[in-house]
Amino acid sequence: MPDLHVVPSQATSPRAIVGQTEAPWIRWLLITVALGFLGLVLIVPLAAVFTEAFAKGWELYLAALVEEEAWSAIKLTLLIASITVPLNLIFGVAAAWAIAKFQFAGKNLLVTLIDLPFAVSPVISGLIFVLLFGAQGVFAPVLEAYDIQIVYAWPGILLATLFVTFPFVARELIPVMQAQGTEEEEAAISLGASGWQTFWRVTLPNIKWGLLYGVILCNARAMGEFGAVSVVSGHIRGETNTIPLHVEILYNEYNFVAAFAVASLLAVLALFTLVIKSIVEWKSGEHRG
Amino acid sequence: MGNRLRQRSVLPGFGLSMGYTLLYLSFIVLIPLSLLFIKSASLSWSAFWQTVTDARVLASYQLTFTASITAASVNAVFGLLVAWVLVRYDFPGKRVVDGLVDLPFALPTAVAGIALTAVYAPNGWIGQYLEPLGIKVAFTPLGIMIALTFIGLPFVVRTIQPVLQDLDKQYEEAAATLGASRWQTFVRVILPPIVPAMFTGFALAFARALGEYGSVVFIAGNMPMKTEITPLLIITKLEQYDYAGATAIAAVVLVASFFMLLVINLLQYKTSRRHMPG
Amino acid sequence: MKFQAAKVFKGLSMALLSTSMLVSLAGCGSSSAEQTSAPQNGTAAAPKTVELLNVSYDPTRELYQDFNNSFATYWKGKTGQEVKVKQSHGGSGKQSRSVIDGLEADIVTLALAYDIDAIAGKDLITKDWQKSLPDNSSPYTSTIVFLVHKGNPKGIKNWDDLVKPGISVITPNPKTSGGARWNYLAAWGYALKQHNGDQAKAKEFVTQLLKNVPVLDSGARGATTTFVERGIGDVLLAWENEAFLAVNELGKDKFEIVVPSVSILAEPPVAVVDKVADKHGTREVAKAYLEYLYTDEGQEIAAKHYFRPRSPKVVEKYANQFPQVELFTIDEVFGGWQKAQKEHFADGGVFDQIYKPQ
Repeated sequence: MPDLHVVPSQATSPRAIVGQTEAPWIRWLLITVALGFLGLVLIVPLAAVFTEAFAKGWELYLAALVEEEAWSAIKLTLLIASITVPLNLIFGVAAAWAIAKFQFAGKNLLVTLIDLPFAVSPVISGLIFVLLFGAQGVFAPVLEAYDIQIVYAWPGILLATLFVTFPFVARELIPVMQAQGTEEEEAAISLGASGWQTFWRVTLPNIKWGLLYGVILCNARAMGEFGAVSVVSGHIRGETNTIPLHVEILYNEYNFVAAFAVASLLAVLALFTLVIKSIVEWKSGEHRG
Repeated sequence: MGNRLRQRSVLPGFGLSMGYTLLYLSFIVLIPLSLLFIKSASLSWSAFWQTVTDARVLASYQLTFTASITAASVNAVFGLLVAWVLVRYDFPGKRVVDGLVDLPFALPTAVAGIALTAVYAPNGWIGQYLEPLGIKVAFTPLGIMIALTFIGLPFVVRTIQPVLQDLDKQYEEAAATLGASRWQTFVRVILPPIVPAMFTGFALAFARALGEYGSVVFIAGNMPMKTEITPLLIITKLEQYDYAGATAIAAVVLVASFFMLLVINLLQYKTSRRHMPG
Repeated sequence: MKFQAAKVFKGLSMALLSTSMLVSLAGCGSSSAEQTSAPQNGTAAAPKTVELLNVSYDPTRELYQDFNNSFATYWKGKTGQEVKVKQSHGGSGKQSRSVIDGLEADIVTLALAYDIDAIAGKDLITKDWQKSLPDNSSPYTSTIVFLVHKGNPKGIKNWDDLVKPGISVITPNPKTSGGARWNYLAAWGYALKQHNGDQAKAKEFVTQLLKNVPVLDSGARGATTTFVERGIGDVLLAWENEAFLAVNELGKDKFEIVVPSVSILAEPPVAVVDKVADKHGTREVAKAYLEYLYTDEGQEIAAKHYFRPRSPKVVEKYANQFPQVELFTIDEVFGGWQKAQKEHFADGGVFDQIYKPQ
């Protein structure tokens, strides 16, 4: 559609043509409604978390974070997230490529199967791995013979986390790749680029936002998952407690400040992704300019 | 159609990507999930039927599915609005708000539940103003819906956002120069490519809401027949060491949500094909 | 379609290759994990340090933190061996399921005998475990008390006050919370005593009581939050040790404890997990650990953490802390946990029949 390129120079200035954007009052109305909604369901509850965390001052807040058990929980959580995100990232890209770029029978079935882990109650997500690898489970004889511990050790926590965060990257990428179509890749191939070259040079720059959001969500959920992990963790202090489990235990011990302090740490970790996003935005802006 | 198929197959990597997808899917999802059905098969048919159609269980299905659909619908509408505002407009604090959207995933669900209850309980920050109006949120189905909206929000915002960001403004500009009003442009030009992403976001938020436990139990009040969600009944079974009963209920929910997701995905697929370029 | 299937097959085999690499990587991970736990298995040969895993229920963290230190000193003095006790805390029923499913606990210290029975049911613990230590294998006890607002504005003194109209009672769901089962049985036992063992009257009493329950939290801690933070309810039913914790942590100026005339003797039991202890070669130290709970040192630590001690000497010392109350046991009134669980809390049991929200 080359004829559309008549107006590109105005694309950078937002209020170039009347009817190309909204009247200021509609703009502000929309912003107000959106922020009002976010305030009610998101921001006020978050404020409640931080208020509790700081209820007894900075000293207690910091004390909760430097505790040895909190540290081991943080380390375990970061370890699990650092394995989960790349594995699900590779899967997500592969699945999105196959699903968005090709036609085949049973596509919707496949997409729905990828969605399934979300619909499974977290406790069940953990339980299925206990049923597989637990002492009464399917593989119990093998595991016992070689004395391998999967559930109630980090491999079990990893499996449960992989399961609950499984769909994120794939599901973020599929709509983006579908919206993009296949023309650009086909052009690259017909000009003699190899498959990998096409992927790195053509596809990847096009899907970077979807990819980024997929990773952000996957990472946030991998660090925050409680239900499934709690079933396979065994809750051994200083060993198999992740941050969310540590929070739960502190809370159950009436250690309110510490519980919310560690929880707010998770919120801060999640905000780091904001920094990554800004960097990507800045870099891509640089490329464009 | 034939033309399109041939064009598509120009691209390489179908075998590798598809093979890896199927393998990884089987190992991480399908094989573990099959255990649900194997375990619940240890019940006799009549025991199975009795477990999954008990009056309390039926009431919980109704509550769980209604609350999940409501929450996902609210998210679909407001999620689109939030994504739109975040992508298209500038306002102070925008970046912070953008970052906050992911937090429902990062907060342990129990913390989310406690925080929401603290806000919406009769003596809570917002609850105290709703109470005189006769609106009760905490310990009612409304509270469950708010919790489910909270945990599902990132799905919708984050699936619409990338599509909106990549949307070529040229089409809008063209529509505007051709004399379309802003509303017409929105409905005819902007909305169609976003609708598939909305469906995806809805499906994910809905699926997640069905299984949610941690944040809901704090705000639900857990009254049998009234505010008792299905995942709670599954836990109740487990507390009695009744693995078969727990997996039976889980399997029923799983099959039901599988078909509902399948329908949503078919709709998503249809809308996305209609507006595919070319 | 056919040629695509061939492609898929090719892709599958390539993917298999890469996954097998991954699996072998994971294998390395787990074998290194094995190595770190190796000294545990080798204790019989070179008993320099020994590790125990104590799987316990929720509010015992501080109790066992103190106790583990005390025991480590005692054991070092006696045998010269270093002992490190790892702790796991969670809901009692869930902890029990974890041990059944392979959490390698040398010792379990849970909230109810029913949960240890379940482990014994899988042959991890001898069937008559409850006889292997004194006092039903429960070195410390607790009871169910009432937590009310400061000054007791509704004048709640005993169980009868809880069924009065307009009184709002907070207790968790007995189907998901072990503590709530003790609450329920305490009320039932009281009513039986009042009505000379008339089960129908007791059922009526508990039905009436449950009518005053506006919210059923899934756990004891959630119920405490509902009462303390949300300001819902006039009275919270709680374990005595948790009520003390709640008052200390959440406000001495806001709440006070009311002890009813009659209540149930809550006996949180302990046991060595035979199969695991034998595998780890830790039976001796695990047994000593539990026996140490019964010594004066152990009893004193329990009392400091608001559990009622068994030793008469320590009981006397802490007489001010624990008010006199007539206590009945679950064995006397309900014929043990197995029976009580089946009659009252199983699906379709008495609780399901009488609990109807308005």
